Order: sequence, then C-alpha cells, then structure tokens
Amino acid sequence: MSLKLPLRELRRRPTRFLVATVVLAFLSTLLLFLGGLLDGLYLGSTGAIRAQDADVIVYSSTARDSFLRSRITADVRSEVDAVDGVDAVGGLGFVLLGADVPGEADPADVAIAGYELAPKGVPEVSSLYDGQGVADRRLEDQGVGVGDTLLIGPAKTEVTVVGWVEDTAYLQQGTIWVNLATWRQVQNANRPDAAVADDVVQALVVRGSGDLAAAIDTATGGATSTLTVEEAVLALPGVEQQNSTFNQIIYSTLVVVLAVVGLFFSLLTLERLGLYGVLKAVGASSGRLFAGVVLQAVVVTIVAFVAGSALAMAAAAALPSGVPLQLEPSRFVFTFTALLVASVLGSAISLRKVLHVDPAAAIGTSS
Amino acid sequence: MTVLDMRDVRKVYRSGDAEVVALDHATLAVDHGEIVALLGPSGSGKTTLLSIAGGLLAPTEGSVVVDGEDITGHDARRLTAFRREHVGFVFQSVNLVPFLTAEENLLVVDELGGGKGGRAARERARALLDELGLAARGSNMPSQLSGGERQRVAIGRALFNNPGLVLFDEPTSALDTQLGEQVMELIRREMKARDTAAVIVTHDTRMTHYADRVVRIVDGRLTADPVPA
Repeated sequence: MSLKLPLRELRRRPTRFLVATVVLAFLSTLLLFLGGLLDGLYLGSTGAIRAQDADVIVYSSTARDSFLRSRITADVRSEVDAVDGVDAVGGLGFVLLGADVPGEADPADVAIAGYELAPKGVPEVSSLYDGQGVADRRLEDQGVGVGDTLLIGPAKTEVTVVGWVEDTAYLQQGTIWVNLATWRQVQNANRPDAAVADDVVQALVVRGSGDLAAAIDTATGGATSTLTVEEAVLALPGVEQQNSTFNQIIYSTLVVVLAVVGLFFSLLTLERLGLYGVLKAVGASSGRLFAGVVLQAVVVTIVAFVAGSALAMAAAAALPSGVPLQLEPSRFVFTFTALLVASVLGSAISLRKVLHVDPAAAIGTSS
Repeated sequence: MTVLDMRDVRKVYRSGDAEVVALDHATLAVDHGEIVALLGPSGSGKTTLLSIAGGLLAPTEGSVVVDGEDITGHDARRLTAFRREHVGFVFQSVNLVPFLTAEENLLVVDELGGGKGGRAARERARALLDELGLAARGSNMPSQLSGGERQRVAIGRALFNNPGLVLFDEPTSALDTQLGEQVMELIRREMKARDTAAVIVTHDTRMTHYADRVVRIVDGRLTADPVPA
C-alpha cells in the first residue's frame, strides 16, 4: 500500500509537525532521564548481589532479609551443607564504611564484602592475601587506584587494592571484595558493637539444584530465611520502593505522551476533515487514510526520540559523576518501544473521526 | 449507450419522527459523451442526486447503474473502489491536496488505487496537464496557481482514470464570468473528445448553453427532459 501522501506532507510541511516533535523530544529526554536515574540507582544498589554466581542466598530468619542484621553460625552452615541438592556453600558479609584514599582529601564510600564463592567477574578468593581486595571500578571516580592502600573506617584498617571489577556496587557504595578473614577484621575493628566470631558470616551463598529455598529452611528448622538471588536483590533496602516509584513516574509520563500524540493528531485530523472527504470521494479508503495518520505519528515519534536521545546523552555527559544516571542500551530500547506504542495508541484516537468522514460531504461544500 | 441510468430513485432522510424527501422518484439517463446541466435552487436535491449518481450516497429506493454496473446494493468498500475506477469528481471548492504539485495531484488517483506513480502514470499526468494548458505548471503547488488553473488541475484529476462519468459540482461558482466560460469550454471540449458523460450541477443559467441538455430539479423532483433526446 502506497503511503506517499502522508510522507510527502511530513517532508514538505515539517513546521506543521514541529510543535508535536519538540514536545515529544523533551518527553523522550525526560523518560530517558528518569529511566537512567532508575537504572543508575538500581544498578548502583544491587551490583554486588546481582553478581552472585549462585541460586539462593540464606539469611538468619530473624534478619528480615537484611545482610547487616543477619548472622549464620557454623552449626547452621553445616545443616545447609547437608541439604540434598546443595552443591556448594560460601559465606558472605558486608560492612559499609568510609575509607581514606592516598592523596585524596575526601574519604571514599566503600562496602567491604567478604566472600568465599567468587561472584561473576570477581577472582577466586584464593588469589587474595589477607588485607588485599579487588575494588569496584566506580571507586576510580573517588581517586582510588590499583596499588593504593586504603585506611578503612575509624580504625583505619588497611586494605590494599590489587585489581578492578565491574558492576558490583552495593547500596551506592563501591565494593571492595576481600576474603572472609579480612572482612571480619574490618568489621570487628570498626563495628565492635556488631562484631562477628571467626566461624560466623552474615549470609550463605548456595549453588545447587531443586527447590533449595524450601529444603534449606526446613533442614535448619526455621533458623534461616532463604531467597533466590532475584528476591535478594529486591529485598535490599529501598530497591523495590525505588523501582515502583520511578516506574509510576515513567508510566505516567507515557500517558502524557499518549495524550500529546492523541490530541495533536486529533486536531490535525479535524483540520483535514474536508480534505479527507475529497480523498474518500475520489477513492481513498478509511483504512488508507488512518494508516497515513499512524505513519505520521510513528515518524514524528522516531524523529523526536532521536532528538530526545541526543539531548539526554549530552545532558548526561555534562552531569557531575556523583549523579547516579546510567543510560543503558536496554533503556533506549524500552523507551523507544514504549513511545512507539503510546504514539500508535494516541493516533488511534483519530480513527473514529477518520471513519466518520462522509465522502458525500465533499459535494455541495463551498469551502 | 447509457452511462448513467437512475430509475425511480428516492432518498429520504429521517430526523426523529419527521421524514424529509430529498429526491422523489427521480429518473435520469445520460449517454456517453453527453453533457447534462442540472439546474435548481438551493435545497432542491441537486447535491443528493449528484451524490447518489457518483456512489457517494445510497438511495432509499430505486436503482442506479453507472458504466454498466448496478451500484444500488454496493457496500461502502465496493463503492470506494467503484468511484476510484469509474467516476470523476470536480468539486465546488477546488480541494486539491495543498502539499502536492499539480502533477502529483493528478497522480493521487493512481496512488489511491495502489499504483506506484510509475513512468506510465507520470506520462499520462503530463499529457493531461498539457491538454489542459498547464504543461508549464506541473511542478507548481496549488498555492502558486490561479483559481482557474486550480480548477483545471481538478478537472485533470477527475479525468485521470478515464472514467465513464464525470460529476461537476458548481465548477464555476468560485470563478468570474470570463474564467467560468473558459472552464466550461474546456469541460465541453474534454468530455466530447473522450466521449465521457458529464453531469454539471449549476445555478448559473449563463453556463447552461455549454450543456447538451438541461434538467431542472425542484423539491427533489426532476421536471424537464430527464432522458437523452
């Protein structure tokens, strides 16, 4: 089906579509910004958990799924080890502290993470000596370099950075992955009120098969609360609320996009009723005319999205690094798809008007 | 041979309990190459008759045969295709597509029929524009053309698909007398050259001498000479 007519109108009368394109471009930028902030916050909060190469994470049942409140003793660990389907178990512990960086006036915010089973991208723990750690790349922005010895917390516990890992931040702080002994040393020196014994960890990371969560919680007699990694990500403080708040704003903005496209093309259709009457009289079907409206809405949306994306990227580059804005390719794909769907639905508001154009009205009309 | 054959056509509009008879047992036949002027005051039913003849409106009663095809029972979809292939329209206000050139306005008819505006279609459009005295104006937009030129482009659009019947709705109402006469001369010349039937709605008696026959309509009834001589 030839749709030259609507494309020619776009090409020859671009100013007619300028207002809608500019408004949609700004809305695209807004959507990408909101999405980028959500992604930045989400990725920055959850990296250390998403990176876990495991099936489930085991907390103590009184911890309400919080690492900082959770304590797993050696007895409980033995019970977990013995569960059918469990292949590997590793201890995990976090402590959030400030760290003095050589040559930097301001302390860096770090999360010291003790591990046994290596998360994705993190080297095997056997490659680290006590007092050594691999740091999340985001700490580079705070002046940390490989070879630096950081003084962690008020006790100034020394940890030397020996390498980088990507996308493993924890609650917006750059994680430094250390062995469990180093983690305990940092924890006990800087948080004596929450000190842990030598055989205690905060949580267990478990690899295995079958319905592990139920089996583990049954085997420990209710002493544990076991979550899948996905559930553990959402159980991190604020993550779920953050997601739902941002998503509500994003979906509300998409409703505005739908309204803008709907209103704009409704007005344009109203303006064209006379012309549509003539075109129907000389043999255009309603379907062809409506397809033209949808095509124009789609083209306007594509142009607006490209402009909006360029604006969002330029603005993101100009922002200070502390703003947790992260423009991921998947966010562009989502925003583009959502805009297209909203613009097609918005233009569909004109369908009734196009269908109701009476070709007979072209006769006997003087203007 | 008859191109338009309307028999005993009635068109009744209902408004609540009231009935308005717009066309009352109208019978009209128009032959190939014949030009019929339809004359009548406002509200007499001219527009309704033209709309039914062109397949824009369905009659309440009676039958309509155009170019040998009985369109009385056609649904909206079939009527759309039928109009595209068999009927040309020239409207009172010129109604060209404002963002297309004169040549592209002719090609619209081809594109609406699924054509791609290929070389043959473009050559036909140029030949038509040449015939209508618009050879140099093919790339002009409607806003760059005079009223008379725009009306000639509209005539070209109506003739583009070689229809058997062309319906003109007050084609000279927006033109001064001299231009109006030029357009009527052109219409007569083109219709006769193609042996195409035409019905021209007008209220301007100065233009009726260009027609072969004048049919009057009052209160939805045809009052004079509704069949070819």
